[in-house]
Amino acid sequence: MNTDVKYSRKEILNLLSEIPDPEIPVINIHELGVLRDVIVNEKEVEIIITPTYSGCPAMKQIENDIVSKLKENGIENVKVKSIFSPAWTTDWITDEAKEKLRKFGIAPPTQRKVKCPHCNSENTEVISQFGSTACKALYRCNDCKEPFDYFKCH
Amino acid sequence: MTNKEALFNYCLRLGDNNLILGHRLSEWTGRGPMLEEEMALCNIALDLLGQANSFLQYAAKVEAKGRSEDDLAYLRNDREFFNTLLAEHPNGDYAFTIMRQFLMSAFDFYFYDELKKSSDETLAGIAAKAHKEITYHLRHSSNWAERLGDGTEESHSRIQNALDELWRFTAELFEMNEVDGLLLKEKISVDLKSIKPKWEKLVNEVLQRATLKIPVNTFMQRGSRDGKHTEHLGYLLAEMQHLHRTHPGVQW
Repeated sequence: MNTDVKYSRKEILNLLSEIPDPEIPVINIHELGVLRDVIVNEKEVEIIITPTYSGCPAMKQIENDIVSKLKENGIENVKVKSIFSPAWTTDWITDEAKEKLRKFGIAPPTQRKVKCPHCNSENTEVISQFGSTACKALYRCNDCKEPFDYFKCH
Repeated sequence: MTNKEALFNYCLRLGDNNLILGHRLSEWTGRGPMLEEEMALCNIALDLLGQANSFLQYAAKVEAKGRSEDDLAYLRNDREFFNTLLAEHPNGDYAFTIMRQFLMSAFDFYFYDELKKSSDETLAGIAAKAHKEITYHLRHSSNWAERLGDGTEESHSRIQNALDELWRFTAELFEMNEVDGLLLKEKISVDLKSIKPKWEKLVNEVLQRATLKIPVNTFMQRGSRDGKHTEHLGYLLAEMQHLHRTHPGVQW
């Protein structure tokens, strides 16, 4: 099949940047660092992604979203390739995306003291290292008393 | 044994360890001692399952006989599994689960740190990912081991019993056979002798803080490297493989 790909690499990256993370819809897969690269060949479009966590159930969803997004735009021959190396790291999450996380109520990954996303206090403590998803831990703010999710450093 | 067969077996060993331990942890779903701990164990189980998936996928690719990672997980019998005996032990009480997890996580922590340097790029990649996850698992289980050991008389005796029961299965973690030998020559596998002192040091430190005593002169059980398991694995597989074997080729 001839795909006669009409889009450039950059245009495809822009298209795919519209795909939200299935579990944290305020950030997209590009900002999250899952979408690594797009390779446009004569025959197909190859999308390179890196899984955030080995067992992240969102990865399959992200793959499906990529394929259907491209299909909607007339690109049929798509190959989604997962690469493990280098391993995904929270350092790849852009600063803008970290700010979006905070506004959404999730404390962004940090090497310093975890700050409450609601009142900005540093007087916080961990309730559980493991939260509602593999990427998050559960914290509590000792000042405003609100519990909150913290996106763990990886 | 060819190098390809050795690599296949090595991938099975790693995949099976994570698959079986992950399955055990997932048995806590709906039964955790408290909500946060249930989430923690399910999260850890999910990480392990993901790692197992990566290793078994690679095993299938190395074998190149048309089997998938699902075939490897659901259609092998107990004698074809190579997970360590420690991983397959039933959950027991919470202290038992924590001790099993601590001993395995401490091993995995140093193991994956070394496997990251493997000359096999796929193994190195999976290991780099896994090591980050295991760091959290180890922190969780060592905190709990300390808390239970240094806790009440009841919690102390329960986790001491777990240690007494499980210690005999720890030597096997470091056992090497022909597979390791062949792959070591190509810098693919990890020299388990090199990580043993690190594991011992960490385990000693944590158990000391937990006021627990390592049993001395214990008989050390072995067998999993040859596919010989405890009686527990058969029951685990019967449950885990039931759906797939009843409905061959079933897809979600």
